[in-house]
Amino acid sequence: MERVILIKYGELTTKKGNRSFFVKTLVRNIEQKLKDYDVEIEQDLARMLIHFKEEQKTEILTAVQTVFGIHAYHVAYQVPSSLEIIKEKVLETAKQEKFTTFKVEVKRNDKSFPVKSMDLAPLLGGLLLKNITGIQVDVHSPDVKIEVEITPKHTYIYYQAYQGLGGYPVGTQGKALLMLSGGIDSPVAGFMAMKRGIPIEAVYFEAIPHTSLEAREKVITLCKKLANYTDEIKLHIVPFTKLQEAIYQNVNPNYMITIMRRMMYRIMDNLCQVYHGYAIINGESIGQVASQTLESMQVINEVTKLPVIRPVACLDKLEIIALAKKIDTYETSILPYEDCCTVFVPKHPVIHPTLEKCLSEEAKFDYPPLLQETIEQVFTLKITANNEKTYQDLL
Amino acid sequence: MIYLDNSATTPVRKEVLDTFVTVSENFIGNPNSIHQLGLKSKKLMKEATEQVASLLNVRPQEVIFTSSSSESNNLAIKGVYSFYPKRTRKIITTKLEHASVLETIRAIGDVEVLYAPLDEKGHVDLMALERLLQQEPLLVTIQHVNSETGLIQDIDRIGQLIKKYPKTFFHVDGTQSVGKLPIDLTYVDLFTFSAHKFFGLKGIACLIKKDSVGLSPLISGGHSQSNYRAGTPSVALIASLAKALRLALEEQNQTYQHVLALNQYLRTSLSTLPQITINSNEEDSPFILNISIIGKKPETMIHQLEAHDIYVSTNTACSSTDPFSSTLVALSKSKEVAKSSLRISFSKNNTEEDLKTLIKILREEIL
Repeated sequence: MERVILIKYGELTTKKGNRSFFVKTLVRNIEQKLKDYDVEIEQDLARMLIHFKEEQKTEILTAVQTVFGIHAYHVAYQVPSSLEIIKEKVLETAKQEKFTTFKVEVKRNDKSFPVKSMDLAPLLGGLLLKNITGIQVDVHSPDVKIEVEITPKHTYIYYQAYQGLGGYPVGTQGKALLMLSGGIDSPVAGFMAMKRGIPIEAVYFEAIPHTSLEAREKVITLCKKLANYTDEIKLHIVPFTKLQEAIYQNVNPNYMITIMRRMMYRIMDNLCQVYHGYAIINGESIGQVASQTLESMQVINEVTKLPVIRPVACLDKLEIIALAKKIDTYETSILPYEDCCTVFVPKHPVIHPTLEKCLSEEAKFDYPPLLQETIEQVFTLKITANNEKTYQDLL
Repeated sequence: MIYLDNSATTPVRKEVLDTFVTVSENFIGNPNSIHQLGLKSKKLMKEATEQVASLLNVRPQEVIFTSSSSESNNLAIKGVYSFYPKRTRKIITTKLEHASVLETIRAIGDVEVLYAPLDEKGHVDLMALERLLQQEPLLVTIQHVNSETGLIQDIDRIGQLIKKYPKTFFHVDGTQSVGKLPIDLTYVDLFTFSAHKFFGLKGIACLIKKDSVGLSPLISGGHSQSNYRAGTPSVALIASLAKALRLALEEQNQTYQHVLALNQYLRTSLSTLPQITINSNEEDSPFILNISIIGKKPETMIHQLEAHDIYVSTNTACSSTDPFSSTLVALSKSKEVAKSSLRISFSKNNTEEDLKTLIKILREEIL
């Protein structure tokens, strides 16, 4: 009996008009994800089927678990839609399961099928009761729910539902650029943005020699972890040293962080124009540090007209940490390397900055040429999830 | 040369040695140094660790590199008892374990040892084990494959039983199984193996420690490769282990079929000789065939075979000075059987010709 992976779309079901675009994007994403496996994908507007080789099942299920836009999936037995065969196969497969209480649920997508759902469920239930000893029906909290889904050609029998990641398929929204530091919050922000269907490119500000190459490696690792949920993520690296040193030399220490963030936002704004990003995404969380008070956000945000999306803005640190653990970025994020925001930290960064003061601080030095120079030196790495190893030949 | 002592150690394979040499020459930095050279070494170490983790289906931070299986066993057992001083001081093990387990338990001193009863073939009696588990020992330590007879313990079912007792951890010594049999660490908390048993180098081994287990290091003083073993990591050895493991697992199926055929051939041929008792069960690991020739001293036989360039073992190499095999005694065979046992252990490199020669010499000169 062939087994297939039966995928149910998530929030997609609400997108009446765009449905086929969403489904196409999802199919493309799944195909991309499974390109190294021997699979065949079929889909209609209600479900998708992946025909797979039994020996690759575990890997394929793991991959499916990383695709946004999948609400739930099942490993289902696919049988011809004939009453006799359905009866025989439900009994055969039920005998392989271990349970004492059960419930049969029938969905009849093919209304021409001779038996109604309401009649078929008790028919199948009765068949099981007669042939398997020691089991009974429990419609409220059964050990197993045996689901039978009838379509014109095939019927699918499955026993277990796996929960998918939900959200929208990546690529159903416009692109955005993520400010990715080495911390805990920004990878989570990136994950949450992708969940809404946004393809992201990451931007990392580094200040070598004040920050180390290890810090960059750490960000690359984080990018790989995020790339696991899509295909490839571009990582733009901004050499920020000169600009940061100029800020350090010229700006009142209390305003250093605020001005630094304004410079970063200016660079983000520029990179969004270059790389066609519709928004800036970052891991700011309200009140977490001085530059993340609402007053700070307001004066920092002032340098760009782009929407700045802050997916974790209203989450507690513990909630963010829980998400970071879930997406496996936490262990990497807590590695102790300095990043741009932790070198040159003033003792008392301003919590309630004003725009006038920001402007007067910025007037103290000729930053536009430095900004220009920094942007010109940005370079890009392409990061893929498959752990492409640098030293594969040795291992 | 006919080398039939592969459970003692295997020769290093060329690809693995090449990695060791290349890395030793080209990765001179200490992975703890923060300059380019250090970073380069660290990156290789990280990739090697990730490779080992992915081959065994665990997480990279769960891989601890050590110098030998004996060290891994010491770290697992002593480390757990020292980390949880307030839990019970009980431990479950079997009488078939390797010395690096049994003597380590003795060395801790204040632990109460509960020996899991075995069935007539030597498998852990699961019902009896479950009764012992109710005493909530801190650790159960059981080898996957016995190094003398090849007896396989069902670590999956044992592990599933232990999972019902959240205060009890499960340590498995997989020294004789990695690269030979399928390994599933779903229900295992701590797992030992060593590279030189699958054509890697001596001096490098692993302890897998699941994140849920606490462990105190035996060697303190830093956390370069792992928090649980200090000391400058040997990146060359670590890379060589990762490669040896990958190659062994890639070839595992073929190797298994090949060795199974050899084992069956030898078993069938020897069973026609009345002087020979076969001590390994049919369903044991095919990599080991333990036999006894009653009345003959193993040392003499080993040297007689050696004269023909054939190499086998008495009991495990680590305890070959003991007068007889305590494992075989424990497996309820007689002391006579235990006193005269030979261990023949195979690898992918052996051929049927090797075995024909062995049988010929046994018949002509020993029996």
